[in-house]
Amino acid sequence: MKFSLLSLARNAVSGQTAGPAQWRSPQPRAVYDVVIVGAGGHGLATAYYLAKEHGIRNVAVLDRGWLGGGNTGRNTTIIRSNYLWDESARLYDHAHRMWETLAQELNYNVMFSPRGVMMLAHNVHDEQVVRRHIHANRGNGVENEWLSPEQAKAFCPPLNISSDMRYPILGAALQRRGGTARHDAVAWGYARAASAMGVDILQNCEVQAIDRDATGRAIAVETSRGRIAAGKIGVVAAGHTSVVMAMAGLRMPLESYPLQALVSEPVKPCFPCVVMSNTIHAYLSQSYKGELVIGAGTDAYVSYSQAGGLHISAHTLDAICELFPMFRRMRMLRNWGGIVDVTPDRSPVIGLTPVPGLFVNCGWGTGGFKATPGSGHVFAHTIATGTPHPIAAPFSLERFRTGRLIDEAAAAAVAH
Amino acid sequence: MSGAFRTASGGRIDRTQPILFGFDGRAMTGFRGDTLASALLANGVHLVGRSFKYHRPRGIVAAGSEEPNALVTVDRGGGRLTPNLRATQLELRRDLKATSQNRFPSLDFDIGAVNNLFSPLFSAGFYYKTFMWPASFWKHVYEPLIRSAAGLGRAPTEPDPDRYLHRYAHCDVLVIGAGPAGLAAALAAAETGARVILCDEQSEPGGSLLAETEARIEGRPAAEWAAGVARALAGQDRVTVLPRTTAFGWFPDNLIGLAERVTDHQDRPDPRLPRERLWQVRAREVVIAAGAIERPLVFPGNDRPGVMLADAGRIYANRYGVRVGDRAVIATAGDSGYRAALALLGAGATIAAIADLREDPAGAAVEAARQAGIAIRPGTAIAGSRGGHRVTEASLRRIGGSDRVERLDCDVLLMSGGFTPAVHMFSQSRGRLRFDAALQAFLPGKSAARERSAGACNGRFDLEGCLDEGFTAGAAAAKAAGCGSPRTRRFARAGAVPAPGGFLGAVPGTGKGKAFVDFQNDVTAKDLQLATREGFRSIEHVKRYTTTGMATDQGKTSNMNALAIVAGALDRPIPEVGLTTFRMPYTPVTFGTIAGASRGMLFDPLRHTPIHDWASEHGAVFEDVGNWKRARYFPRSGEDMHQAVARECTAVRMAAGMFDASTLGKIEVVGPDAATFLERMYTNAWARLAPGRLRYGLMLNEAGFIMDDGVIARLAPDRFHVTTTTGGAPGVLNHMEDYLQTEFTDLKVWLTSITEQYAVIAVQGPRAREIIAPLVEGIDLSPAAMPHMSVQTGQICGVATRLFRVSFTGELGFEINVPADHGRAVWEAVLQAGAAYGIVPYGTEAMHVLRAEKGYIIVGQETDGTVTPADAGLDWAIGKAKKDFVGKRSLSRPDIVAPGRKQLVGLLTHSPQEVLEEGAQLVADPHAEIPMRMIGHVTSSYHSAALGRSIALALVADGRSLLGQTLYVPMPDRMIAVTLVAPVFYDQEGRRLDG
Repeated sequence: MKFSLLSLARNAVSGQTAGPAQWRSPQPRAVYDVVIVGAGGHGLATAYYLAKEHGIRNVAVLDRGWLGGGNTGRNTTIIRSNYLWDESARLYDHAHRMWETLAQELNYNVMFSPRGVMMLAHNVHDEQVVRRHIHANRGNGVENEWLSPEQAKAFCPPLNISSDMRYPILGAALQRRGGTARHDAVAWGYARAASAMGVDILQNCEVQAIDRDATGRAIAVETSRGRIAAGKIGVVAAGHTSVVMAMAGLRMPLESYPLQALVSEPVKPCFPCVVMSNTIHAYLSQSYKGELVIGAGTDAYVSYSQAGGLHISAHTLDAICELFPMFRRMRMLRNWGGIVDVTPDRSPVIGLTPVPGLFVNCGWGTGGFKATPGSGHVFAHTIATGTPHPIAAPFSLERFRTGRLIDEAAAAAVAH
Repeated sequence: MSGAFRTASGGRIDRTQPILFGFDGRAMTGFRGDTLASALLANGVHLVGRSFKYHRPRGIVAAGSEEPNALVTVDRGGGRLTPNLRATQLELRRDLKATSQNRFPSLDFDIGAVNNLFSPLFSAGFYYKTFMWPASFWKHVYEPLIRSAAGLGRAPTEPDPDRYLHRYAHCDVLVIGAGPAGLAAALAAAETGARVILCDEQSEPGGSLLAETEARIEGRPAAEWAAGVARALAGQDRVTVLPRTTAFGWFPDNLIGLAERVTDHQDRPDPRLPRERLWQVRAREVVIAAGAIERPLVFPGNDRPGVMLADAGRIYANRYGVRVGDRAVIATAGDSGYRAALALLGAGATIAAIADLREDPAGAAVEAARQAGIAIRPGTAIAGSRGGHRVTEASLRRIGGSDRVERLDCDVLLMSGGFTPAVHMFSQSRGRLRFDAALQAFLPGKSAARERSAGACNGRFDLEGCLDEGFTAGAAAAKAAGCGSPRTRRFARAGAVPAPGGFLGAVPGTGKGKAFVDFQNDVTAKDLQLATREGFRSIEHVKRYTTTGMATDQGKTSNMNALAIVAGALDRPIPEVGLTTFRMPYTPVTFGTIAGASRGMLFDPLRHTPIHDWASEHGAVFEDVGNWKRARYFPRSGEDMHQAVARECTAVRMAAGMFDASTLGKIEVVGPDAATFLERMYTNAWARLAPGRLRYGLMLNEAGFIMDDGVIARLAPDRFHVTTTTGGAPGVLNHMEDYLQTEFTDLKVWLTSITEQYAVIAVQGPRAREIIAPLVEGIDLSPAAMPHMSVQTGQICGVATRLFRVSFTGELGFEINVPADHGRAVWEAVLQAGAAYGIVPYGTEAMHVLRAEKGYIIVGQETDGTVTPADAGLDWAIGKAKKDFVGKRSLSRPDIVAPGRKQLVGLLTHSPQEVLEEGAQLVADPHAEIPMRMIGHVTSSYHSAALGRSIALALVADGRSLLGQTLYVPMPDRMIAVTLVAPVFYDQEGRRLDG
């Protein structure tokens, strides 16, 4: 059924008795051409593009829990593509362009909202880093512009630009077409569209082992719902990638940390854009429901616990209250955590592995949501053709051996 | 008299203290001890808000923190505006001014209510299915429409002037909840001498006992007993009783977050007190006695103002002396409806009927109602209600009987589906819940933390059981905390024992109309069923698709009903459908409370050097570097930064300058293996560095990239004075400690940060030696005795010093390390001594220019975490004979030794006065178009006074092989031509180092 106002009205008249399931909940088949492990946004997008662009429809997406229940449904939904390095800019901008038409593509309103993403500079070094980004972005055709404190305030009126702040705002980078999207809808939209093309989404189907044949090739997964043979296996398991890949005997260059986020009680629209401050660790936007959506930091130590320390949330709320002192009386409604998988250079891994038949897409750290469509798109190509998509090629697992790292975070390091 | 619905006597309000308050501009009177909700009800006001989606008129449902509807904004003036406060928790105080929310233009007439007419369109998840075509409408029509519908109250717009503070506390036993179980637990624990903290979210301890009129404990009325116990506990040194304090979060290792509301209830807030206080309590053991929350019944029209929870009706009557209506219909599935009926009867209301879902209601409460002559309809469901801004009629239908509906006039409709144990904190502690089929409730199962639950939150609903279980839990907690055992004790009590009952899900046999599950978010039973039909089978999916349980009450009254409806729709048992995760906070917590005193200049530690005040007095302009304030330049009158920096640089090159280098990190590395340790941490060779000598040290991370640098002095065979960058200091110390404690455990080395023990004054320039010579004692400054890169200890201005001969400017230079307390005095003495030579103080900006003229890198500017020693032209700093050091292995990786890496070079613009922008990119092709191939970027760029032109440093792919060639810097409007040169612009031979 195609979603539209008309179909909605028709259902309304008919009392909505007809509500076809948005995706099928089939029994596992014995064999699939491709098995994707992990039914988050990236995994579901991968399956969707395998079916749509490569005609590979005998695909299963497996998840230990329910689809979209991991980091896809836990992040702060920031979308931007103003990354420094050419490789990153290409990858994230590829995704960013896809966001712009994703609702129509999927016939599912993912509510992509290009309300502008502003990154604050608080000191001379920040300003140098931001300006370097703007220059590099311009060369790559990625829009990003410098705003003076006054211009930043005009774009985001609640911003405190007083010069007697502990860390005054010296300016900001603005990507106007950056913004947010409705995270759950992304998973559901991909699930619905993939399912319609024949992809089996197998929820509550935990992978317990990866079988390899005598040549070492990965040929099947053992799951809580039985053995499933696969022509190819793609692992897209975010914070638990290391655990799954270990089943194939691979040790991944990943560390997993709890990352927290929180929302306030909902209030009437009061915050027009997305504001990020890497220096004082504040990330803020307002959801369609009216909640202030706030990203906090990772814990200092590795863990698989989806809850972090109070001091981590406190640290980001300090910063929010400094930047937006009128929000000090707002109240935290809900705080949660997710497990992020972090590579040594904090850029993702998309590609082949030393195990034939086994592919991996991981290491998105704290920023994977924004890449969802692009990530799925290039990973599908990589699995379908057996060779990395040109945009994915630099993000090989191999780079940690050869040393061609793509280190975005280090580029913002502070030292004098 | 405060309100027509106030009873003549009774309740815990103080009738001698009438309080005037305002709601939506209307002045009313209540009493001390009222909440805003009870005071409104006493004045006959039920309509207090509008729902989120349909803007339906809504009234007060509950009497506690679970309230979903009665959210108001309170403005205390001066920026003290708080939205979304629950009227049921707001204590009445003088001049309380509250306004209703989510309505326009008024609560009585709300334009948004038109949504209700279109509600068939607004089914669960409708927005995912529409607003997509035409695509161009999204940005300008649909999205603004959706966004404008957001939210409940308005956010404050003024900065909050109030203060918030933090307390850290340890205790043996923390008791969460001061109802019967909590009080008994605290009594037991306190008796053992344990340190006890007892907290409760309400304004006074007692919990459910505060609304108890019949039961007696130890011969006293229950509420009186509670007050007496609380008083006795509070009087003990080792016990802290915290009313108005919500245990909101459970963190690892029994760290519990408590939010205490300190002054909001005061008529005039005590200015000495914070508005709220965050307690972070590390408890050896915790007793959770959080009580239970009554469930509404899900039936059409269950959201009309005047439809309330039965126990709330009883609480308003018994605790606040308020009759919530004159004529009540009661729909119940257990005793609560009967107890409420009796309470309302006592308060002067008429009870039209009690409809009980149970076929054969029995027990003491039922009997008492019967005795009182109340009409009881067993096996009868509430089928619906009527009314506009207030319920006017309830309809009842016999379950399994004919379709005949009995319509009863009423102005209040009380409902009870039984009680849901408040397992939130237990669940937050990561304990596993178990489903109790008999109680139809989730109860605490296997513990994960050092806690125990007691009372209603543990499924014990009878008073005797709560008291006994509480006492036992308190005793067990104290014992587990190592505090011994109390004497055993039983609480003699009198009163009724509740009968079993309760109902989950949608009331059967009801008619058409919206039956709400989540009131605030307008989620109906039908929405939940629709979601399951659309394939949302996990409770987490249903929650996210319909938004049930996601409102500000986080599903306190709705989650179990939602779960039962979903389970029913899927035809699966409740435990299989599962429960959504309980997350902190239990109830919303003010941002300011969590931020505490961290604001303004206390937001982050501010670090000042010993010379800061002098610099400030002399007009320095400062910049933030890490936590430090550093003097950036010292403008004289009329100078801009450019002019000041040019003057400062010229002085250093011609005569001398002095620079406050105190912020540089300093680590003393001491021990018999100190040299070995440095051999491993730095690329350079240290073993043969003689005491009294300095060496430039380069530190890599494991990936082989430059992490930090600094000059290191060997003071003695087993003692090094290591300097680091300013911003890198904490990271370097952590990095060293990490290796020392995890990798190099065989080494005998101790690390001490001495950054703040020393003031560091750099004196640089051809006259540097002459200037400091008269001030120095015990050190031979002659070039032979003290060559470049050496260190001596002695005295300067009578103060002990570690004097370095070192240069970051290319000039003859010294760095004077003196104890921090003497920093300013020595600084001023040097300045005075140098006056005759033309010495000037210079800041970080001139420092940057001077070092760039010499091609010295700054970590974080020339490096960005991707630069190897070879890239930066620093391979000379690698000890070739060394077997290993951190990062060494990575330096031989294929892509690290491959051609094409970016290398440090100098740039000269073809037009000499043009200063490039730092961060600008470099391309080979002057006609390059976007996207263009960028082969490098400008890392540093300045006007050089010494050279009379601009200079820049850059990292360029294979840059060292391109020297002499022309590249281009693309700007938005033009290309700037530059020539690549070696990165040393001034005194290439290094002659000036010796003055």
